[in-house]
Amino acid sequence: MASIPMEHGLVLAGILFALGLIGVFMRRNIIFILMSIEIMLNATGVAFVVGGSRWLQPDGQIMFIFILAMAAAEVAVGLALVLQFYHRFKTLDADVASKMKG
Amino acid sequence: MNTVFYISAAVAIISTIMVITRLNTVHALLYLIVSLLSVALIFFVLGAPFVAALEVVIYAGAIMVLFVFVIMMLNLGAETVEQERQWLTPEIWAGPLFLTLILVAELIYIFTRNGLRLCGVCIIEPKKVGIVLFGSYLLGVELASILLLVALIGAYHLGKHFKPAESRKGGS
Repeated sequence: MASIPMEHGLVLAGILFALGLIGVFMRRNIIFILMSIEIMLNATGVAFVVGGSRWLQPDGQIMFIFILAMAAAEVAVGLALVLQFYHRFKTLDADVASKMKG
Repeated sequence: MNTVFYISAAVAIISTIMVITRLNTVHALLYLIVSLLSVALIFFVLGAPFVAALEVVIYAGAIMVLFVFVIMMLNLGAETVEQERQWLTPEIWAGPLFLTLILVAELIYIFTRNGLRLCGVCIIEPKKVGIVLFGSYLLGVELASILLLVALIGAYHLGKHFKPAESRKGGS
């Protein structure tokens, strides 16, 4: 880690996070939105691991493990919601569900 | 070791751009797996081998398999066979294969150049991570287990009621 500057790792994490954010904004397919959220969570994990290896502490890796658990929980519930969505609306367009049924 | 980091970072960025610009879900999924593998290689270079293994096993393994299952469940029908025929053409898997070969070359380069030791003291070993994880972060581990249990129950509940949800909607 001593040879790689910390800023470059953080810039990489920022670029990946920005790409995930662009994906959430641009795509309307709900599976692509979920994938972009995965990219954003992964970029956050990269930032944590870079910080942890900069100060030679294991805390960054531990935060990444927690992010991993959260991503697994999120994707399980999210994909179950996608299945429900598809069975109800017969499409994967997220704009279809923009109106609440009050 | 610097060049390995920069090449894997470039592979990660390129494959992520390909993920958010693909029109087909399975193509995007292939590129997403390549992106996660290159991030795992970055973790390995940064001196975090335990997290690199977790990235490959859980992210690129388990979570991507969940995505594949859901895509399989959604794409029922006769047009799936025609889609399958289109997907097996070389230009579909040539891009991910090329990026993965770059990563494999980097991995071979690391192992042949200086074995498993990267840069001496800067590796944070799994033992240290485990001691801190089950020491001062024990409360976080409990909370994560509760979160996973809640997600399990929630996914089971959401996946179970296809027909009741439909009939309730029709009835009310």
